[in-house]
Amino acid sequence: MAKLKVVHYINQFFAQIGGEEKADYPVELRVGEVVGPGMALTANFKDDAEIIATIVCGDSYFNENLEKAKAEILGMVKEQAPDVFIAGPAFNAGRYGVACGTIAAAVQEELGIPSLTGMYVENPGADMFKNQVYMISTKNSAAGMRDAVSKMAPLAVKLGKGEAIGASAEEGYMPNGVRVNFFEKERGSQRAVKMLLKKLAGKPFVTEFPMPDFDRVDPNPAVKDLAHAKIALVTSGGIVPKGNPDHIESSSASHYGEYDIAGVMDLTEETYETAHGGYDPVYANEDSDRVLPVDVLRDMEKEGIIGELHHLFYTTTGNGTAVASSKAFAAEFSAKLKADGVDAVILTST
Amino acid sequence: MVKEVERAGIPVVHVCTVTPISMTVGANRIVPAIAIPHPLGNPALDKAEEKELRRRIVEKALNALTTEVDGQTIFE
Repeated sequence: MAKLKVVHYINQFFAQIGGEEKADYPVELRVGEVVGPGMALTANFKDDAEIIATIVCGDSYFNENLEKAKAEILGMVKEQAPDVFIAGPAFNAGRYGVACGTIAAAVQEELGIPSLTGMYVENPGADMFKNQVYMISTKNSAAGMRDAVSKMAPLAVKLGKGEAIGASAEEGYMPNGVRVNFFEKERGSQRAVKMLLKKLAGKPFVTEFPMPDFDRVDPNPAVKDLAHAKIALVTSGGIVPKGNPDHIESSSASHYGEYDIAGVMDLTEETYETAHGGYDPVYANEDSDRVLPVDVLRDMEKEGIIGELHHLFYTTTGNGTAVASSKAFAAEFSAKLKADGVDAVILTST
Repeated sequence: MVKEVERAGIPVVHVCTVTPISMTVGANRIVPAIAIPHPLGNPALDKAEEKELRRRIVEKALNALTTEVDGQTIFE
């Protein structure tokens, strides 16, 4: 049987074009080329499949020109007419994950070509697309490449051949809400008692019905009197006083910063910068108001449009930072904001 | 972080470029920004124009904060 034809999508980083400074790299089709993670996929395909083309696109280019990038890539995939389309894996890279999910879902839906991707469960692209395309659950960094491709390659081959796909736990993809009936060897009461005994003995057990995690918070009432309101600024864009005095990590932040901007009218190149390692820092370092709009809010304070700008701002780097950490940071500084009588928060993200 | 601020009882607006991420995260008031590395700016403009642009986004954010919302809302 002829080898299955695969088109592979990767970002500028995995194509070794560059990091954040190259994130606006436009879409590029490389026919006949196997690039970066494509090599590892190829090794895992054995003789069943081969990559016939690689599409490279910068993460910022994709996310900032969503419709255009999508149309360009769909055109390229259509022209190559592969049997299966693979995007990523994206691990915990947020924009890359969103790009992989978006394009894999679009290829499958609009071109009818089976598609899959892979990423870390906390990647925002996971929740957005795991019910639309097969998404292999990977580790949170590229150190998990070997493990990721060892699951992605066989699933791609199965999809390409149109073979039956097993349950999520067997194939390694994230549960996608599809249920398939089958007969268990033991009846429910026996399984339940076994689980209970394991639980009582403090041993690990696997639930058969995980509770859905709907973490939604209702919106608070609107600010009634803006002219007397105290507004605070918060950012995940990593804006810090020049020199990053508290050493907030450029990714996977372990803490947040609280900085006093009493009397600060404007964030300048000499006084503030970003600690964030997940976007091109040139623009934020030149003028941090581009991320944390202190200058404009000072003007509005003077003009009486807002009551006052709170003298403290809170900041961290939202780059690969665990959801649990961000949650803990924000729970802590929100209590401070509340105690300081802040009426509303503007939170900016990069 | 947006959700935790909201949970603490403080109305919050999320200003960000990739609004689908904000929707997934669960922000209720969302204002689209310019670009990932400069959400509230545009280095291609001159300083005065850029500040004006930033002011318009902040005005949108304040407008979002003074508007009652039922659920997740993007203020275009």
